[in-house]
Amino acid sequence: MSFELILFYLFSFVLLIAALGVITVKNSVHAALLLVLTFFTAAALWLLLQAEFLAVALVLVYVGAVMVLFLFVVMMLDIKVEPLREGFVRYLPVGAVVALVMLVEMLGLIGLKAMSAQALPPDPAGASNTAWLGNALFTQFLLPFEVAAVILTVALVAAVVLTLRRRTGVKSQNPARQVAVKASERIRIVKMESVSKGGTP
Amino acid sequence: MITLSHYIVLGTILFCISVAGIFINRKNVIVLLMSIELMLLAVNTNFVAFSRFLGNVDGQVFVFFILTVAAAESAIGLAILVTLFRNRATINVGEIDSMKG
Amino acid sequence: MSLNPTILLIIALAPLVGAVVAGIFRNQVGRIGAHTVTIAGVALSCVLSFYVLYQLVWGGAQNYNANVYTWFQVGAIDAHVGFLVDRLTAMMMVVVTFVSLMVHVYTIGYMAEDDGYQRFFSYIALFTFSMLMLVMSNNFLQLFFGWEAVGLVSYLLIGFWFKRPTAVFANMKAFLVNRVGDFGFLLGIAGVLYFFHTLDYATVFAHTDVLNGKTLEILGGDPWSAATVICICLFIGAMGKSAQMPLHVWLPDSMEGPTPISALIHAATMVTAGIFMVARMSPLFELSETALTFVLVIGATTAFFTGLIGIVQNDIKRVVAYSTLSQLGYMTAALGVSAYSAAVFHLMTHAFFKALLFLGAGSVIIAMHHEQDMRYMGGLRKYMPITFITAWIGTLALTGMPGFAGFYSKDAIIEAVKEASDHGGLAQHYAYWCVLLGVFVTAFYSFRLLYLTFHGKERFVVEHGHGHGHDDHDNHGHHEPGHLAHEPHESPAVVTWPLMALAVPSIVIGALTVGAMLHGDYFGSAIHVAHAQSDGAHEFQGWLSMALHGLGQPPFLLAFCGFALATYIYLFNPAVADKARSALYPLWNMLDKKYWFDPIYQAVFARGGVALGRGLWKGGDVGVIDNVLIDGSAAAVARTAGVVRWLQSGYLYTYAFAMILGLVFLLGGLWWVVRG
Repeated sequence: MSFELILFYLFSFVLLIAALGVITVKNSVHAALLLVLTFFTAAALWLLLQAEFLAVALVLVYVGAVMVLFLFVVMMLDIKVEPLREGFVRYLPVGAVVALVMLVEMLGLIGLKAMSAQALPPDPAGASNTAWLGNALFTQFLLPFEVAAVILTVALVAAVVLTLRRRTGVKSQNPARQVAVKASERIRIVKMESVSKGGTP
Repeated sequence: MITLSHYIVLGTILFCISVAGIFINRKNVIVLLMSIELMLLAVNTNFVAFSRFLGNVDGQVFVFFILTVAAAESAIGLAILVTLFRNRATINVGEIDSMKG
Repeated sequence: MSLNPTILLIIALAPLVGAVVAGIFRNQVGRIGAHTVTIAGVALSCVLSFYVLYQLVWGGAQNYNANVYTWFQVGAIDAHVGFLVDRLTAMMMVVVTFVSLMVHVYTIGYMAEDDGYQRFFSYIALFTFSMLMLVMSNNFLQLFFGWEAVGLVSYLLIGFWFKRPTAVFANMKAFLVNRVGDFGFLLGIAGVLYFFHTLDYATVFAHTDVLNGKTLEILGGDPWSAATVICICLFIGAMGKSAQMPLHVWLPDSMEGPTPISALIHAATMVTAGIFMVARMSPLFELSETALTFVLVIGATTAFFTGLIGIVQNDIKRVVAYSTLSQLGYMTAALGVSAYSAAVFHLMTHAFFKALLFLGAGSVIIAMHHEQDMRYMGGLRKYMPITFITAWIGTLALTGMPGFAGFYSKDAIIEAVKEASDHGGLAQHYAYWCVLLGVFVTAFYSFRLLYLTFHGKERFVVEHGHGHGHDDHDNHGHHEPGHLAHEPHESPAVVTWPLMALAVPSIVIGALTVGAMLHGDYFGSAIHVAHAQSDGAHEFQGWLSMALHGLGQPPFLLAFCGFALATYIYLFNPAVADKARSALYPLWNMLDKKYWFDPIYQAVFARGGVALGRGLWKGGDVGVIDNVLIDGSAAAVARTAGVVRWLQSGYLYTYAFAMILGLVFLLGGLWWVVRG
């Protein structure tokens, strides 16, 4: 048993335990943290496959951004846990049975024996996985890459629009109006009759 | 020696765990979303493994795009969740059935 | 020289113009305008018809046969409006227009106080048009048009007093019974079209050999000769229109219509359409002995048995109606022995004297203030001498008094049937006895009517003190039978003049035309007889010698017996009638109930039809269409939608569950396909 295989089993074990934890723990914060662990070990597994760029991206994007977003939301919302766990015990057997059936079916269909015979070939990327991937991404997949950028932008805007709310009864500045202001709105000249009070001394 | 089947079995088990997660956490939207992330992770693992096995970059490019879309999806999903909580003061799926026929 | 088609068109269309003007513009033209315009139209037709007859008989004109208008074309079939005018047609035209003219004039008096005056004139002018279209047609389709049009007018006129339930019932009955006949007629026409591929008379009659050996299977049974089937179908139409035995029930009830209608439509012209049609179709009927025998048996049965019913009737119009049935039976019987010319001859003479009798009866009814029951009449001869004399003339003509019109025609029919029975089978012998005994019956009921109405004691009471006006004709529900507000009086001139005008041909028409029509070749090619009757029995030596010869023959002797019996019973010893009635009660009851035709039809066809309709309504319409198809499809949609709605719970996990379940099944299916 090689060192790599030991690492694989170790990470896999942690990954599966963490994933089981994600779906079973009561507290959503714990679940989110377990999910972080899952992603982290997954990134480690990807490293074993010499997909360094994606492994790092997974850690940065998911662990760094998405999971933090999850944590923010979970902690921001005042969620009562009890009603959310209704039927947990009731549906546990069903979920387990369905998952097991599916697992058996999938494994049966894949045909493990044929695959387990074959060892992984040497890394085609050569020295740099990032260069290999980047090469493909900026030549062959340029258009999808740009589309992905647009999708991310749209998602960003959409998230802002969805969560934006204008509170009533709160005084706030309107920068647009401040910039567009005209001189006539700034100052008003009022003419008044001069009134003498009791005459000049 | 690590073979392709190791990764595939791992991806399959992870996928089935997430399916079970969807089943048993039927009321909690946050965990549902997390289960979906897990599912995507299982798929991604498969992609990466096959890419490595076939010596083809396409699989990893696909994972890259999946990560992009998944990030966008969870951002919007959480935004919807926040709006939902603001309006209904709950994220209990059992109370959200406006689309009932 | 040939006939001018414009004249023929005017003959047919002039009454139509009158009908349209009197009908549609009835408020504009008023009463006088209505009868003026219709009488002018019919009179024009009548005069031109006489001219056409003159041209054909003495002027040497050729038969006219041409289409004047193409109605429509369907595939290879052309429907034309056309005229076939030969001597048969010309004779019918003269009879129709002449009797119609007389009835028009008579109606001025009869309907004087009726609200529907203009409507009535419009109808009878329309009837004249329809009947002319029928007789002048040169193809089957136009014949059918005329056939249905006269049926329609007949329906309208029987129900002329549409506020009376009995009249409405009677016109429905007439219409429905005629429908039965028309159905057969239409089948016959369809048969002609099927075999000849044309509806034109001349073409069909020229190619009758097409039917030789052709057979039809009816209901998958034995093959029938095509000629027999077609002829019997056509004759069923004639049975309906000419009221032969199983389909005769509508004619007595049709007396609910005003009397001029009974005279014109239900005695003189329309009911003879069937006779005319069969005579016109003689080339077809000559192809089938079976069909002719059928015709003969139906005719003879009608002639004798409906006459018997006439004996027990008390309504003056109904007696004449049953007499009409009986005489139509004679004509049909003549058709059945191929004596078409005798049938048509009797048709003509009958038209005159039966119209005369009906109008006479109408005159009596006017005098009796719309009392029609003969038991409350009697002794009217001194009040209305003209009606009395003309009624005697009509009766003598009807009973076949030698010298009068009816004698020649009826004698010819009996002679023809006798000849057929000499070398015929059972059916011919039966027919001979029917028509022979029918003479006795005819004489008996005719003189009974005459005696009950005009002779004997007055069985009505005149109440001078009664406040009722003379003119309350609308009040047909009588105060009390046999009570009159005024003494009976002779009818006005517009009533008596037509009586006199009809009395003349009733006397002389037979003697004048018997030579030409029966023994000459008046009809020429219009009537086709396969086996010429043998004239060997006795040569025709003129009308006078025929009349003298007739004095010693069985028909006259039987008629005289009938006359004598009627005279004894109703003139000298009325008590005998009551004794005879109680002695022969079962027989009398059977006749009084008219052989129970009406109750049977009512029970079988009317009730059966209602039951069938109810079954279709409940089972077919409500059960299948409403419940299953309409409500059922709606309910199926609702039920399906209910299931789908139940699936659309709105909960996220339901959809997730469905998706995962689908995935499981998909994987299972793949397993089965790949590994199984």
